[in-house]
Amino acid sequence: MIEHLPALMIAVPLFGAFITPLFKKRYSLASIWAMIITGVTVVLSLLLVQHVVSNGLMVYVFGADKPTLVLPSGYKVPVRIIFEVDAIGAFMALSATLMAFIGALYSYSHVSNENGLEKYYTLLLLLEVGILGMVLTGDLFNLFVFLEIAGIAGSALVGFRNYRGEASEAGIKYLIVSAIASLMVLFSIGILYGQYGNLNLAYLSRQISFNTLDMIALGLLFASFAMKCGSVPMHYWVPDAYTEVPAGINPPLLVATYASLYALFRVSFTLFGNITWDLARVGWIMSILGVLTMFIGVTMALVQKDVKRLMSYHAISQTGYMLLGVGVGLTVLHDPKALAEFGRDAMAGGIFHIINHIIYKSLLLMTAGALFYVTGTRNLNEMGGLARKMPITTIAFIVGAAAISGIPPFNGFASKFLIYETSYQLNPLLAVFAMVTSILTLASFVKVFASAFLGPPLEKFENAKEVPKPMVVAMIILAALCILFGLFPTYILDKLVYPAVDALLKLAQYQAWGGLA
Amino acid sequence: MNGDLVAVNLPFIIVALLLALGFYTIGFKRNLIKVVIGIEILEGAVNMFLVALGYVKGSYAPIYTLAPEESVNNMVLPTPQALTLTSIVIGVAVSALMLAFAVNIYRHYGTLDVTKIRRLRG
Repeated sequence: MIEHLPALMIAVPLFGAFITPLFKKRYSLASIWAMIITGVTVVLSLLLVQHVVSNGLMVYVFGADKPTLVLPSGYKVPVRIIFEVDAIGAFMALSATLMAFIGALYSYSHVSNENGLEKYYTLLLLLEVGILGMVLTGDLFNLFVFLEIAGIAGSALVGFRNYRGEASEAGIKYLIVSAIASLMVLFSIGILYGQYGNLNLAYLSRQISFNTLDMIALGLLFASFAMKCGSVPMHYWVPDAYTEVPAGINPPLLVATYASLYALFRVSFTLFGNITWDLARVGWIMSILGVLTMFIGVTMALVQKDVKRLMSYHAISQTGYMLLGVGVGLTVLHDPKALAEFGRDAMAGGIFHIINHIIYKSLLLMTAGALFYVTGTRNLNEMGGLARKMPITTIAFIVGAAAISGIPPFNGFASKFLIYETSYQLNPLLAVFAMVTSILTLASFVKVFASAFLGPPLEKFENAKEVPKPMVVAMIILAALCILFGLFPTYILDKLVYPAVDALLKLAQYQAWGGLA
Repeated sequence: MNGDLVAVNLPFIIVALLLALGFYTIGFKRNLIKVVIGIEILEGAVNMFLVALGYVKGSYAPIYTLAPEESVNNMVLPTPQALTLTSIVIGVAVSALMLAFAVNIYRHYGTLDVTKIRRLRG
């Protein structure tokens, strides 16, 4: 049973997705079914994390006599579809399943008035399949296929409210970006396949000699994944997509974005990890992109009037922190002294920030969704005095805002502090930008808090009530996670994050399995 | 000799031309349907690249049942064909969804001009 976990992670939500249309006329059954399926995947991913952290790398070969049998006898290359799960893949899988569950829970009442909910839940589960496939696979072509699954499901969900023209506009923007990005990924896969005749990540990374064609492939892969994770200058689709998607889908859509970030890290660290000479330059590009992303994102956020759009710009800005942290690590990857001194901690900061950001940004976007549910508008100028009407949403918003601004003891502080400290050692200017961004973030959230929750109660919201229970429960779970992760960061760092960082750094372990070495 | 070089590389030259054409269409055409067609051209280019990679002159199709004697050790690799088929299927789904969005946009905005479909901004 345990050795089939990687396959089950895909099979269970896929099965769930194609059963969901059967609940066509019973919408609440469909959503309960989605909750059950996502709940099961949470349990599976917890088991997977536990197994990977204690036993190391897990390889699953589809169609082999034994799932761990990598090489058919007599063959010197891996030929089958292979899932390869190391600590960072398991870490991403855990965040993905957790957020899919929270999203399904929140959606129970948030979208209950819409039509076609069985399709909504089918797409939600397919999005989860796409993300899980991307983070668990050990095969470049599979990566492309799951990237497309996540892209199609995600953009269909962005356009879910098809009675609004804006939803279709955001949907087609997201779909065009993801179609071009994944086609370029496929093109660079073709380049690599043409040279080395294999698609397996671990096998390819041993073969790569870094000639001109490999450089083109690296450039295309880097640009495509940077495009898909919403880094500046390809960030324009993020605010539209996050604003128009129903708030229950925001958490899985966030994770889908960070699955592309994971793919970016996987490509830079594993696929091209043996290149000693150019990787520092790639790392510098990543760090500078990170700084630009965080700064431009936050300055765009300051001027927004639409509450969800403001938070979406913050999502761009926070992606910058992850790029900065991991970029600092990538810069010093082949410098053992600097790596031990600050590189490893920088990467831990970046990767810890992924899960922290997924938690608090989902929380914030959900409170924005709750405001929309109650008031029917997303314009900050039309809201006011909602703090007394919606106490739990207010508290959830305060927790999320404090976490995103990096105020101790919330979780944002733990990871941001690691990033400040370590990026300072590479170049003080990087840390200065990171801190200024944090202050601007706090400023814009004070603005939201003042205009939506404070002030005199408005007459038109006389009858406003707290949102229904499933939404409240989802927000409380996330707020509790924010506080827990902030209070015990060392526990999470030791159990989840440092194993993930080491999985990225210890290339030899990823390459050497099944007698390939 | 020079003619051979062109003949061998012809598929790749066409791939490059198609890529350029696709990117031009996506970047400079104002009609949404034409943008979708641009993406289709890009996809065609990438698929053709994959097929061209797998082709070896004078070798046999990778079908193992009833293969002739001389095809042993002289077969094209089956992987690129499989990749291309998968990619075509995915591409159909993507273009169907994009066209559905385009129809919906036309219903709400009354135009397919991408410079006018700009309600989301700022």
